[in-house]
Amino acid sequence: MATLSALATAPPAIRPAARNRFLAHRAARFGILLGPGLLLLYWSVLSFNGWLDPRVLPAPWTAVEAAIELIRDGRLQSNLAVSAGRALAGLALGSSVALALALLSGLTVLGGYVIDGLVQMKRGIPILALIPFMVLWLGIGEGLKISVIAIAVFFPMYIQVHTALRAIDLRFVELAETLRLSRWKFLVRIVLPGTLPGVLTGLRFGTTAAWLALVVVEQLNATSGIGYMVTLARDYAQTDVMLVGLVVYAILGFGSDLIVRALERHVLRWRRSFGR
Amino acid sequence: MTAYDGQAFAAATIEPAVRIRDLRRTFTLKGVLNGIDLDIAPGEFVALLGPSGSGKSTLLRALAGLDYEAFGSGEYQVPDRTSVIFQDARLLPWLNILDNVTLGLGRQVREQGRETLAEVGLAGREGAWPHELSGGEQQRVALARALVRQPELLLADEPFGALDALTRTRMHDLLRRLSEVHDPAVLLVTHDIDEAIVLADRIVMLEGGKLAVDIQVDLPPDPDARAHRSIDLRAELLARLGPSQAA
Repeated sequence: MATLSALATAPPAIRPAARNRFLAHRAARFGILLGPGLLLLYWSVLSFNGWLDPRVLPAPWTAVEAAIELIRDGRLQSNLAVSAGRALAGLALGSSVALALALLSGLTVLGGYVIDGLVQMKRGIPILALIPFMVLWLGIGEGLKISVIAIAVFFPMYIQVHTALRAIDLRFVELAETLRLSRWKFLVRIVLPGTLPGVLTGLRFGTTAAWLALVVVEQLNATSGIGYMVTLARDYAQTDVMLVGLVVYAILGFGSDLIVRALERHVLRWRRSFGR
Repeated sequence: MTAYDGQAFAAATIEPAVRIRDLRRTFTLKGVLNGIDLDIAPGEFVALLGPSGSGKSTLLRALAGLDYEAFGSGEYQVPDRTSVIFQDARLLPWLNILDNVTLGLGRQVREQGRETLAEVGLAGREGAWPHELSGGEQQRVALARALVRQPELLLADEPFGALDALTRTRMHDLLRRLSEVHDPAVLLVTHDIDEAIVLADRIVMLEGGKLAVDIQVDLPPDPDARAHRSIDLRAELLARLGPSQAA
C-alpha cells in the first residue's frame, strides 16, 4: 500500500522505455529447458493415463528405471564413453581438417581452385553411398567410424569457415596494409578472429552432424557404444533399453549444443548482437 | 594561442617529407588525377580541399599506398613511416582499445600505447571494446593508433566527417595540439573550409584533376587580425570551390 500512495503523490517520473521492441528479451537462465520440459510433461501425461501403449512407446519412468539398471551394471557408462570418444575424435579430426582447408582455399588463389571445386563435388555424394567404399579402404574398425564422423563434420565446418572468410571486411584488409602488418600478424589478428563466428557456427552444425554420423556407424558394425547397445536391445525387443539409447542421444545433442553456445558467447564477447 | 606563422614553411629548403610529381589516375577512361605535383615539408600541415568527386580521397589513397593503379611519369616520394586515419575509426571489434592502438607493433610498445591513449584523453579505457566507445572516442583511438607509430607523414581522409559539431571542434584542438607535439607532416582531406583554415599551415585545392590553389594560411597571432584573415581566406576559398559547396 505504501508504494501505491507514494506513486500517487510523487511527481510523474520520466521512465525509460521498458524495453526495445525489436530486441529479444533478456534470456532467462534455464529458458532453453522449457521446450524439452513441455515435451516430457506431454509424454508423461499420455503414459500415465494409459493413452500411450507401452509397446508403442514406454513411459518416461520406464526409461529412467532402465537407465538406472544400465548404470548399475555399468553398461551405460562404458558404452557412452566409447561413443563420446568416437564423436570427439571425429569432430576434432573433421573440424581441424576443414579449418585448414578452408583457410588454404580462401587465402590462396591456387588453393581456391583446387580445394573448393573438389569440396563442392564431394558435397553432392551422400555419406551413406560412400560407406561401402570406405569399408573397402579402411576396414570396419575404429578408423572407419571416426572417418565417417569426420567427413560428416567436415562439410558444415568447411562451408561456414569459407563463407566467413570471404565476408571479412575489405576495410580491415586496407587497414592491415597501411599498418604494414606482416602476413602472420594479418592472419592471426584479422583473418582468424574475423572467421571465428563462422568457425563456431560450423562447430555447432558439426557437432550435430557428428552425433548423427555416430548413430549410423555404430549400428553398422560395432561391439560397443550406445548404437551397439540400442541394436542389441532391438534384437531382444527391449524397448526400454532402446528408449534409453534415444534419450541419451537427445541429451548428448542438446548438451553439446549448449557447450558450443557457451563457448560462442565467451569467445565472441566483443560482439554486440541481436539474440544473446 | 599557437602561432601558425611561416615556421613550417621555413623547412621547405630541406628535403621535403613528400614529393610527388605528375601523379595520374584514371577511372574507366576518365582522368581523376591529371598530373599532381605536391611537396609537403616535414612537420607541415596541409589541408586538401575540393568538391565531392574531385579526387581528394583518390590522391590520399595513392599516397597511402592503397591504390595500385595510380601511375605517373614523375617522382613519388612518401616516407616509410606513414600513418593513415580513415573517415571511419576502423577499429578491429575483436581487439580491445590498447591492442587496437598497438596492433602489429609487438609487446614492447604497450607502454607507449598507454601513453598515447592518455594523450588523446582515453587513459584508463585500455581494456574497453570498441563498441563501448562513442564515435568521437573511437576516432581518438584511431588517432592514437596513427601517432604511436611516430609517423613522418599523417594522412587523414575526412577523419571528422562523421562527428557532430561539438565533438569535431574538440577533435580539431586535439589534432592541432598533437600534431605540434609529434610533428609529422600532415595531409588532411576535408570538404570543410573552416576546418582547413583552423588546422592547416597551407591549403591546396583540387580542380580538374590538378592542384589549382596553393595558399599559405599564415594566421596572425593577434585575435582581431586573425579573425579578419580567416574571413578573407574563407571568402577566397569559397569562391574557388563554387556555390555548390557553400553549404
